[in-house]
Amino acid sequence: MIGSSEAQELLQQVFKHSGGAQSEALLILDDSHLTRFANNTIHQNVSERNLNLVVRLILGGQVGSATTNRTDRVGIEQVVELARFNAQASPPDPNFPGLAAPAEYKNVPAFDELTAGYAPEARADAVGVVCRLAMEKSLNASGAFSTGYRQVAVANSQGLFAYFPGTHADFQVTVMGADSSGRAQAADWRAAEIPTESLGREAIRKAENGKQPRQIEPGEYAVVFDPYVTEDLISMLSYHGMGAQMVLEGRSWMNDRLGKLAMHPLVQIWDDGCDLRGQPMPFDYEGVPKQRVEIVRDGVVIGPVYDRTTARKAGASSTGHAGAPNMRTLGPMATNLFVASGEKSTTELIASTKRGLYITRFWYTRLVHPRDCVITGMTRDGVFMIENGELTYPVKNLRFTQSYVQALADLEALGSDTRLITEEYSRQACHVPALKINRFNFTGTTV
Amino acid sequence: MKDLMDRSLDFARLRGAQYADVRVVNNRTQNIAVRDGVVESLNDAETIGFGVRVLADGAWGFASSRDLTAEESDRVTELAVQLARSAARVPGQVVDLGPPVASRGLYQTPIRIDPIRLPLEEKLGLLMAADAEMAKVPGLRVRRGNLTFIREQKWFANTEGAFTEQTIYETGGGIQATAVGNGEVQSRSYPASFGRQQVTAGWEAAQGWDLPGNAGRVAGEAVALLTADPCPSEITTDLILGGDQVALQVHESCGHPIELDRVFGSEAAYAGTSFLTTEKLGTFRYGSEVVNLTAESLRPLGLGTFGWDDEGVPAQSTPIVRNGLFLGYLMSRETATRLGMTSNGCMRASGWNRIPLVRMTNVSLEPGTWDLQDLIADTEDGVYMETNRSWSIDDKRYNFQFGTEIGYEIKNGKLGRMLRNPTYTGITPQFWNSCDAVCNAEHWVMWGTPNCGKGQPGQVAHTGHGAAPARFRKIRVGVLK
Repeated sequence: MIGSSEAQELLQQVFKHSGGAQSEALLILDDSHLTRFANNTIHQNVSERNLNLVVRLILGGQVGSATTNRTDRVGIEQVVELARFNAQASPPDPNFPGLAAPAEYKNVPAFDELTAGYAPEARADAVGVVCRLAMEKSLNASGAFSTGYRQVAVANSQGLFAYFPGTHADFQVTVMGADSSGRAQAADWRAAEIPTESLGREAIRKAENGKQPRQIEPGEYAVVFDPYVTEDLISMLSYHGMGAQMVLEGRSWMNDRLGKLAMHPLVQIWDDGCDLRGQPMPFDYEGVPKQRVEIVRDGVVIGPVYDRTTARKAGASSTGHAGAPNMRTLGPMATNLFVASGEKSTTELIASTKRGLYITRFWYTRLVHPRDCVITGMTRDGVFMIENGELTYPVKNLRFTQSYVQALADLEALGSDTRLITEEYSRQACHVPALKINRFNFTGTTV
Repeated sequence: MKDLMDRSLDFARLRGAQYADVRVVNNRTQNIAVRDGVVESLNDAETIGFGVRVLADGAWGFASSRDLTAEESDRVTELAVQLARSAARVPGQVVDLGPPVASRGLYQTPIRIDPIRLPLEEKLGLLMAADAEMAKVPGLRVRRGNLTFIREQKWFANTEGAFTEQTIYETGGGIQATAVGNGEVQSRSYPASFGRQQVTAGWEAAQGWDLPGNAGRVAGEAVALLTADPCPSEITTDLILGGDQVALQVHESCGHPIELDRVFGSEAAYAGTSFLTTEKLGTFRYGSEVVNLTAESLRPLGLGTFGWDDEGVPAQSTPIVRNGLFLGYLMSRETATRLGMTSNGCMRASGWNRIPLVRMTNVSLEPGTWDLQDLIADTEDGVYMETNRSWSIDDKRYNFQFGTEIGYEIKNGKLGRMLRNPTYTGITPQFWNSCDAVCNAEHWVMWGTPNCGKGQPGQVAHTGHGAAPARFRKIRVGVLK
């Protein structure tokens, strides 16, 4: 754990070696721990402590960068020299917008001491409770419980300095029977807020109710989605079109829909990097403060998120969504997404459905057609037939091929049950409700 | 280095570990990305650190750190033992690693030109030349090119006497042209999907791909796809896949389901399980008579080629499918012992900060006897597809749906009109049993998959897949909406 002043001191060493050149230094320190279980036992229990220092050097428009996890004097000297070497070899970059100016940042208190220091024994005991509950029902539990913290500091030669420490925790559980499975998961920056036992019971209930699933014909069905499915809808819409680079390149589902009613008027999607209900961070990886960005308001597509490079191209302002350096070529990304919830519980959404499917989770979803965000994927860990407002029997997994934009146009109701789901690779967080959608296109079955 | 590793192993023994191993890894990666004639990214990254894996009280613990000091080695080893003991609070099957592994030696990827040391001007020059060729084609929206070079030094030691040192080099690169219009976004990539082909080799590999020489063709195809006819919808027809798409098909529908840890349920909550359960070993007809698959970590150029895996087990070759019959798994020491077998060297970690998992090495479809032109001429009615664009498969690796960048109609033994947005779907064993022809060694290429995700925390592995074009009979194609 390093504090703000220690981080600042470390980053200043970069500028000492950069010889007065325009430069930017980014420090990311991770301390993370994960307890993984399968077959009702812990089979992997791991811990990692790492730090990455990313230096970007600008020499008259030529830009080069280098990364190291060594922060001794030699390590810092070498990473600066490597960045300089790369800048010297590069032709000038006409798209480089210059370094970010110093800014004020909101206080976002998302560091929880208990989560930062969560003991492996505490993770093991929480996992043990769920495994025992599954064993009592002759079921098989697997999943992961992770805790840790990340500190991010950005400084540049313009005088900008930003520092943020945040904790994170995530619990995922899948419970399997001979021919069924159930799933539950939740994330929070406070581990104590995650109801691990209750999530375990939720997964067990689905696995028990899912026994002896029936095969049904693919086709269009009304659907009630758990928030785990809604997260897939929103994160795929984000990954494939909520960033300005995709819009500028014409590859986004937003193209031709900006300013238009493209989804049901109930749909409200926004990104707010400072909202504590998500996984917040008050600035992006260039040190620009995060703005609250409306993506979809009353079903109307408002616009994408920007970093400084795309904002310059589009004649807009950065919204503070520059990605981490290893993902920067993908362009700006939303990081802390929210979808407005409704007033009906999932049970009420099911009760209002004459015939349809209640679905727990999607799996292995991939883009088929970009401009309509057509996605294919599989259902997983719990599909149930709804008839006359009641769950009547479990259903075998189905493949779907469906435009996610159209799905949200066909929305009927937003649920009141919400979850925070975080994605490990992109570190994107989605705070999302259950949904009811009038029609969704299933294109295949599995064995 | 050796002293620090020995210290950790000794410390683990002192703390009561039944077994321990330690890996030190120093990874240097250089990425160069060019977009529309501008250097979008030029970054060199170095990461160094060590990871200690221990077996204590019958359970596994793993801890890692970037700080290569004696004090940190003690802290990390102590933490690994603590993690193992806390895992033992939720006990499971007793871990049996089978026979001890005491490998010793040095391995280095054979390279002709060190890609890291090569002057940047030459690398940038290659990408700029390819970009200039793409720029000559009107109608493109985005032109991309990239190169990736990796040098990974790795030291491994265990409490059974193993000590190995390896230096693995990888070279990757590719170009992509994207055209936008008519409500369509169409891309063509070369030599492979998702930005690049990648192999264990030096700069000579990048020279061999001839990116500038293929840039005009790739750009022209991207533009032409905007107005090409859509792939016929919901038909059943004969399908010929290009070698690059066969490689992806092997990766997803053979490589993953033969991971024995998946079969045993270790990945159930995340990557999923497998339909290839153990009673099928030696009895299950996975494919037709022409389907022969091999897992091998010895083949030149493969991203799964090395001296030893991350448990110190030597590189080797394993028959997976012979004449259609399912014969083998990818195994670790622990999983192999559960089957009464010994490891075939498939434990790989993505870095110093991750535990090794059962991963693909080079899982390849062995070449057949056909020339591609003869195969097309032998096909009355069908579709040819190449270069993956979309891939999705269920958690048991049964039901898949893949899309490719480009397709061509086959009519009366000839390639006909270009088709956009081609897709096909199937069930794995049915699909491989419908394979009636695989092209010969002249068409066989070692493809690289540098983006294979598995595990929690996530690990991205680099795997190899030798493949040639192949034909599959009566496949459902054109599943778009």
